[in-house]
Amino acid sequence: MKRADSLITWYGELTTRQQLLKRGSLLLSPGMLWLMLFLVLPGLVLVVVSVVTRGAYGQLEWVFTLENYKRLAGFTLFGWTPDYLMILWRSVVVAFFTTLVSVLLSYPLCFFIAGRPERSRYMWLTLVIIPFWTNMVIRAYAWFLILSPELPIAKLAAVFGFIPEGAPLYPNAFAVYLGMVSMFLPFVTLPLYASVERLDWSLVEAAQDLYASRIRTFTQAILPQTMPGLSVGIILTFVPAMGMFVVPDLLGGAKYMLVGNLIQQQFGTSRDWPFGAAISMGLMVLTMVGLQIYRRKGKEVQVV
Amino acid sequence: MNQNQNLTTDQSLSIKNICKNFGDVKALDDVTLNVASGEFFTLLGPSGCGKTTLLRIIAGLEMADSGRVFIGGKDITGLPAIKRQVNTVFQSYALFPHLTIYENIAFGLRSRKFPDAEIKKRVIRRLEMLDLSSMAQRHPHQLSGGQKQRVALARALVNEPEVLLLDEPMSALDARLRAQVQEDLRRLQRKLGRTFILVTHDQAEALVCSDRLAVMRQGRVVQCGTPEEVYDNPKDSFVAKFLGAANLIPCTKAPGGVQTAFGFLALDKEPSWQEGTVAIRPEWIGIGDKEPERNGIRAHVTEIIYRGTNFDLWLEPGPLRVRTSSYRRIDPGREVWLELAPKELVILEDEAR
Amino acid sequence: MRRQHPLIVAISYLTMAFLYLPLAGVAIFSVNAARRGLVWKGFTLKWYLKLFENDWILEAAWNTLLLAVISTIIATVLGTILAIAMDRFPWRSRTSNFLDIILHIPVVIPDIILAASLVVAFGLLRMASSIFEPGLPNMIIGHITFQIAFVALVVRSRLVAIGSEVEEAARDLFATNWYLLRKVMLPLLMPGIIAGAMLAFTLSLDDFVISFFTAGPESQTLPLFIFAAVRRGVTPQIHALSTLIMLVTVILVVLTERFTRHHEKE
Repeated sequence: MKRADSLITWYGELTTRQQLLKRGSLLLSPGMLWLMLFLVLPGLVLVVVSVVTRGAYGQLEWVFTLENYKRLAGFTLFGWTPDYLMILWRSVVVAFFTTLVSVLLSYPLCFFIAGRPERSRYMWLTLVIIPFWTNMVIRAYAWFLILSPELPIAKLAAVFGFIPEGAPLYPNAFAVYLGMVSMFLPFVTLPLYASVERLDWSLVEAAQDLYASRIRTFTQAILPQTMPGLSVGIILTFVPAMGMFVVPDLLGGAKYMLVGNLIQQQFGTSRDWPFGAAISMGLMVLTMVGLQIYRRKGKEVQVV
Repeated sequence: MNQNQNLTTDQSLSIKNICKNFGDVKALDDVTLNVASGEFFTLLGPSGCGKTTLLRIIAGLEMADSGRVFIGGKDITGLPAIKRQVNTVFQSYALFPHLTIYENIAFGLRSRKFPDAEIKKRVIRRLEMLDLSSMAQRHPHQLSGGQKQRVALARALVNEPEVLLLDEPMSALDARLRAQVQEDLRRLQRKLGRTFILVTHDQAEALVCSDRLAVMRQGRVVQCGTPEEVYDNPKDSFVAKFLGAANLIPCTKAPGGVQTAFGFLALDKEPSWQEGTVAIRPEWIGIGDKEPERNGIRAHVTEIIYRGTNFDLWLEPGPLRVRTSSYRRIDPGREVWLELAPKELVILEDEAR
Repeated sequence: MRRQHPLIVAISYLTMAFLYLPLAGVAIFSVNAARRGLVWKGFTLKWYLKLFENDWILEAAWNTLLLAVISTIIATVLGTILAIAMDRFPWRSRTSNFLDIILHIPVVIPDIILAASLVVAFGLLRMASSIFEPGLPNMIIGHITFQIAFVALVVRSRLVAIGSEVEEAARDLFATNWYLLRKVMLPLLMPGIIAGAMLAFTLSLDDFVISFFTAGPESQTLPLFIFAAVRRGVTPQIHALSTLIMLVTVILVVLTERFTRHHEKE
């Protein structure tokens, strides 16, 4: 290892490591200080708050307790109930299937766009980008509107007997899934498209020449090549889907609550910060576990 | 004035005992070179031989671990790039994409706060010299590879550097253009009379351009001399193979010559080793119907390759490559006599392993 | 061009319909004359005109814009400096890994957790200063916090793309640090900085969760206003407002596309 004060060249400049690191730290400090102060520190505070007691009026009482986590696990004064765990589990399931369906729809869409002539390709791409950037509240509300009892979709569902005559097609699981998938589909499509556009078709053709089945062509030739874009898409979808609360709030109601609603409740009407913090921790752990599992499985896929 | 003194005062660039390691890899291992003023000097070698690292050390873009660099007799080892009277033509040209060609060329003068009138005078002269006047207001992305290369040259030369460094400046050009540009570069250097240091892995380029060249391998200079010297008398099998085609013939020492797979070959000089290699260029092997007086080999032609200016023959026993003029066609299957004249046989220094 | 399986074409059209059908619904009902309910009563633009008479909406629009502009400016400056600091200095790999993790937190953690932690942190800071009462300053801080990361990531990828050779060439041509920064690095980075700023701006306009958790009664933004209105009962004005926001989004997207495509060519 060289000494910190020996001369080195760095991007054409003659200097020392020491000097560079001094200058670098100076430049690093404003942004990092901000992130420490308003990202890392509040995160740590949240951890602390999740193990203190809620006072009678919702204030924090600095007494250590694991009560909040016990409550999240379902232990109440009147025995064990799976209510909160159900909500957590449901959030994982919804996030998983939202991601899965988004991926399944994105592949054909990406191939379709990549196959358009150049001019209309940009138009199609822009058509995917627009909902990507349209405010979530508006898009969630748009489903709320379109599933109203006066409009054909709800009427059709009533004819088939899925819902009573004159009722809206919400709140229920179906409406939540509709909302969630339409919300996150562009989050998968856009990064995936970047990979599909660069796809080396000769490998796909080689697989077909070797009489590989469609499934094998996909897993052997297409999937590995589009993995980078797919991974970004999956992360961009799964993470916010886990914490989503606008869609379930409008389209799921009390019947189909997700963890996002639960957290929002604690910081809103219930004013129970410690419990809200504990649920947030639960959500964070589940998200990290989900990403870890994907990373493991993702690597296996890449190796195959 | 005696010869020796002349050499030291006229030294444009002098490199003494330069060593450089990247981690455990020895990029440069005790390199010493002297380049005379106004000389076109080439660093030739395969990729990874350390030639670009050496160039970057001269430019001040890399620090040597030890050793010294002198320019015009002055020690510049500790000077930063911005204080060195040296300019570089980068391999990718590294033109500033947001500036016009005019501003690209003016950059070095502007950063030293030359007056506008002076900048204009100098830039216009370079634009004209390199046939770029019509593109002064364009941006780099609107130029062809050859034009970009000339801009990079102009941008460096406008500063009138004591030494101009060129890092594989032709590697981005296609083969046909490259030959033309090599000749142009050689003429430009003669006209300016400046010291040019060229880094390349292309032996033809090195032969065309240089006054002298250094063949490098694994961080060391293997051989240094004029192109003729190095081509005609390669020091070892690496140089012989790297510069043009060569027949390398393993052999053992025998009285008055060497014993080879083709039999005894007489040599003018005695090799220093017991077991080693002699080399002969394909174009120096004589070919005929009669047995020559000395060093004759009876062989038959197995393959013939037409190369426009000449034929390449492959012969057995061997394999030996022989180059003949294109008007002398010798069909495969024929028996011929080859003459490996003693004065054309080069004794390589490296011993057999 | 490759021949496409009809199934792929069909799925694609259906998917696009699925994305746009609800949005089209909102746009259609924004020009419906009916005051209540979803029955078509003829074409009108009066709901759009009424938007401009509604002080609540005008104030919310102003807040939204103010929030986005201020947070974007600060986040762009901080994020750009951070990107340069992270990419252009010889940090030990442990240091740069650590910085990298911090920078990626807003990407891999649900925004509701960031919102919750800000609520709690602001709640405690409130004991020190009244700035941390729920309201616009808090929202700006919250937005900057996730914007910095995205700006820094965009600018950093541009820095990596620029590479080291241009800087070396500038120094070879006698440029001092300051001259290099002014004449080479900033102009070359500008497309990345603008792209980062545009991303930050859109993220701010798009945000609901952070604003929802940190807003006070005086600092309604348009998304908050719409969300609240849905629960109060929707008026056709909301449809008009939503449609207008969608139009602004379309314009922003098209402009951004033009900008990036123009710079990709160069």
